[in-house]
Amino acid sequence: MSSLNKSPFLKIFLSYLPLLILFFSVFNEFDFNYLKLDYFSFNFVHLLIFFWTLRNPDYLGYLAIFFAGIINDVVIGIPIGISSFCYLLLCSVTAYIRNITLSPNFIKDWISLLFTILLINSIQVIILDLIFLIKVNYMDYLINSGFTFLFYPIFFIIFNFLNERITKQPND
Amino acid sequence: MAAGRDDFVIAIRSAFLKKKDKQKFSLLTLIFLSIFVIILSNFNFKAIQIIKSSINEVIYRSSFFISIPENYFKNLKENFEIHMGLYESYNQTKTELENLKQQQLSDDFLKIENEKLRSLIDENIKSNEIFAKVLIDKESPYLKSIVLNKGSKDDVKIGMAIIDGVYLVGQVIEVNYTNSRALLLSDLNSKIPSVLEPDDIQAVISGTGGDFGVIEHTQDEYEKKLEEGDVIAYTSGLGGLFKPGIPIGKILKEQREKINFFSDFTQLNYVKIVSYKIGSEK
Repeated sequence: MSSLNKSPFLKIFLSYLPLLILFFSVFNEFDFNYLKLDYFSFNFVHLLIFFWTLRNPDYLGYLAIFFAGIINDVVIGIPIGISSFCYLLLCSVTAYIRNITLSPNFIKDWISLLFTILLINSIQVIILDLIFLIKVNYMDYLINSGFTFLFYPIFFIIFNFLNERITKQPND
Repeated sequence: MAAGRDDFVIAIRSAFLKKKDKQKFSLLTLIFLSIFVIILSNFNFKAIQIIKSSINEVIYRSSFFISIPENYFKNLKENFEIHMGLYESYNQTKTELENLKQQQLSDDFLKIENEKLRSLIDENIKSNEIFAKVLIDKESPYLKSIVLNKGSKDDVKIGMAIIDGVYLVGQVIEVNYTNSRALLLSDLNSKIPSVLEPDDIQAVISGTGGDFGVIEHTQDEYEKKLEEGDVIAYTSGLGGLFKPGIPIGKILKEQREKINFFSDFTQLNYVKIVSYKIGSEK
């Protein structure tokens, strides 16, 4: 394993992994946002963006997030720009948290994720329902926000492990 | 207190305006850009439509190719399940076929009688069918739709019906040059004028966002009017887009509030895009 960590190819691959996962998630037909299960769905992309822009923004650029939002809108068929706007709002909250926090705290991050997700899902509902007159199911949004919040610890562990692998220097 | 407010302003300013080494644009620039895109996508200028259509073309095709491995495994699983249930399915199909053969005889008579009656009132229905492959069926909690591989170059137009076998599954809502998007009946925004048979009750079938529909815009007492037994919902043809009599779904005796669609929207691979011309022919 230690020899693998020294491989420059693996290092480059790992550094692009958050970006690859982001684009794969928005392009692919499989979506955690719609698992064909009653009363269960969560937004994987929100968790991905929240973690990486909070903990290691160098590996997930804002421009890439903007384009991922555009792609997501086209693939799921909602007016172009809405997801980009929501993803970037998520980024602005994480950038603010990063600026006011000296030592990162998981619980504080987790609670701020709840408020952020409720905020951006509310904005999305307002834009879709009131501006574009596209009917949406409020309960689905609420359930989605709840499970996205609950699933953060699991993805935090996975992403944190990946983050440590990426940031680890060969001599560490 | 003033220092606290200053810190807040500095943190906000830094969050929105500061660029990291690898960032080419500040967060504020991109937020404004996305608002600009949302506003722009609301206008129906030709230039914007062309750009939007080109973006759709590229992204739909890319999404189709990226989803190939996932779809391969999905199909593999389905094929395996079909294979395992082959004998049971064969027996069931054999019984159904016998029943259908008997039904066919009376249907043929009704069909001829219907054509005769239509010709008496000088009415005919012409249809134009285009076969299409489903490129993407990524459903979301926001929109139940599918992307098809036929677009304006194949004469697809907004409002055309999407048919799976003989069953209605949706209608075209967006047309690009080589592909189009169809809204499924299950979507919250789908409203189809229909008729409930055998009681001949006019109604509007609306999607729920789930895998079933509900009846809207009919008198509350319609449930009392429904006769015993299952009720079949057909298109009424009142909107002028669809011909009357396309089967939509069934209302079961036990669940009067739900319409179970005949077609399984998760299993759509190939569909027909159909336009109807209803009127008298000279």
